[in-house]
Amino acid sequence: MKNNTLTIMKKELARFFRDKRMVFTTILMPGLMIYVLYTFMGNTMMKEFLPDDSYVASAYVQNMPEEMEEALVALSAEWTEIDAEEAETVKQSIQDKEADVLVIFPENFLQAVQEYDVTSGTAAPNVEIYYNSTETQSDLMYDAVRNMLSEYENTLANKLDVNVGDKDYDCATDRDLTAMMFSMMLPMLLMIFLYSGCISVAPESIAGEKERGTIATLLVTPMKRSSLALGKVFSLSIIALLSGISSFLGTFLSLPQLMGGETTGIDTAVYGVTDFVMLLGIILSTVLVLVSIISVISAFSKSIKEAGTAVSPLMIVVMFISLLPMFGGDMVRPIYSFVIPLYNSVMCMNGIFSFTYEPLQVGITILANILCTGILSFVLTKIFNSEKAMFTR
Amino acid sequence: MEEILQVKDLCKTFTLSAKQQRLEQTKEKKRVAVNHLSFTAYKGEVFGLLGPNGAGKTTTLRILATLIKPDSGDAVIGGASVTGAPQEVRGKIGFLTSELKLEEFFTPNYLFDFFSDLHGVPVEVRDERKKMLFERFGIHEFAEVKVGDLSTGMKQKASLVISLVHDPDIIIFDEPTNGLDILTAKVVTDFLLDLKEQGKTIIVSTHIFTLVEKICDRVGIIVDGQMAVCDKLETLCAEKTLEDKFFEIYEGYTHEK
Repeated sequence: MKNNTLTIMKKELARFFRDKRMVFTTILMPGLMIYVLYTFMGNTMMKEFLPDDSYVASAYVQNMPEEMEEALVALSAEWTEIDAEEAETVKQSIQDKEADVLVIFPENFLQAVQEYDVTSGTAAPNVEIYYNSTETQSDLMYDAVRNMLSEYENTLANKLDVNVGDKDYDCATDRDLTAMMFSMMLPMLLMIFLYSGCISVAPESIAGEKERGTIATLLVTPMKRSSLALGKVFSLSIIALLSGISSFLGTFLSLPQLMGGETTGIDTAVYGVTDFVMLLGIILSTVLVLVSIISVISAFSKSIKEAGTAVSPLMIVVMFISLLPMFGGDMVRPIYSFVIPLYNSVMCMNGIFSFTYEPLQVGITILANILCTGILSFVLTKIFNSEKAMFTR
Repeated sequence: MEEILQVKDLCKTFTLSAKQQRLEQTKEKKRVAVNHLSFTAYKGEVFGLLGPNGAGKTTTLRILATLIKPDSGDAVIGGASVTGAPQEVRGKIGFLTSELKLEEFFTPNYLFDFFSDLHGVPVEVRDERKKMLFERFGIHEFAEVKVGDLSTGMKQKASLVISLVHDPDIIIFDEPTNGLDILTAKVVTDFLLDLKEQGKTIIVSTHIFTLVEKICDRVGIIVDGQMAVCDKLETLCAEKTLEDKFFEIYEGYTHEK
């Protein structure tokens, strides 16, 4: 007799891939949506937080000291000098977001600064800068004027400098930066994506078949129950894997843009082929475990709805486990901890993204996950054999 | 005559849920569906199980099809025990009941091939058998239409044909003409007679007297999970019609209890 596991797999895959709408919503859409959304969010944030070079701020100044004029004009702003009576009107304009900044120097500012004795205990000459923090350009002008004045203050008593010039003082490489950012965020996102992929197919295929009465038709054929269990687990894993990889690629490719693009130095090209092969192994074995767990729960459920409710606590467990490495810092990871399904996957993903993994850890994880899938498939076989689980309504 | 099916002292009890107890206004937690049932069917005959709703006909057939296990007793089909070698039994029988549904997404053509693969039918044999069965039931007209888009009668025809992909020697049909219009019901009845001519053994449960009179060689009347009478059709109908005889037995049996 032909291998019935393969026959079941072919049927399950045909069920999925012949349904164009299902393929689109489960595989193409998640990755595409994430990519478009993250890229859009990244670009919008960049626009929001980075200065617009072409923008000329509308700036007002009262009692402008001559020596400061050059430095102020260099700030890409159109400066208008005003007198004390107009100050209130300008403040109102700033509030109304029509003007960006108003700088009020004390009268005879330079002279007052030079004459001021820091040991006297009296208040130093105060420059007032009015701005609107809810308006990006106004906020940026405030920072610019403040920095300019701080620098001016430094030049008055320059005893020491820190990191002067354009030298690259931060010794972290793009690789380190990417490793830090990706290892912090991606394991959790990846686990959630994989879980979502599994949840979108497994309850439908197992609890759904029970609900629709089609599983009984399969159970009166002479195939082994284990063939049915393995056929379901393998085929659902393939579909869930494709869905998870789609979401992962969407995130992986758009994350540099989300994090600020080239300016922050985050670059996906730091990962090599070996890293991706290891990651794929981990993802595949994780999907097998997740699909098996969800399949067992679904086989006990009477309907898709009941299965959906029953598997939701698993989501919390998956999220909790995914967050552990984030809080663990540089915790010691004993080799035996890599036999714990799901937790081992998160640790390996974290290790791969931060370049700190060891092949042995990945190997143990994959083996442990395959073993776990085997045990759960055995349990699933037993459930398929149980009339109470299969036919009680 | 060769005994092909022996049902020996079969018992099956179901546990009632609290909701079922409420609905049926009973405090009993157990419901006896099949109560020490025994009968034999011979090769090449049509055996009819007749009985009112809830008599235990479907439960008996589900046990024979290995979907559920008996609490005690056994049934041996073609030499294989339903409790000891269920997988072997499944290969020997064709089972049709309204409980078994076909996946609505697929077409009858795809499902015929799929179930043939599960039964290990060689491709050439499968194609020939498919052609013959599809023609017989007029399925080729909707062979490529998804099951979900078919009418009740078309679905029933597709289910019937798919239950026979492996050309089984023993065919167990639960209410085969239920929900069918008279034309389709006639096609099914004629087909059952054809199968009988081919030497197949058919176990059929029904509450339609005319169907029993038309196709059955022997009849077992089940009341409350027990075999009230099991005899040849001509013996049962010697003096009265089957319907009259059934009510006589049924009333006598319930009165006795």
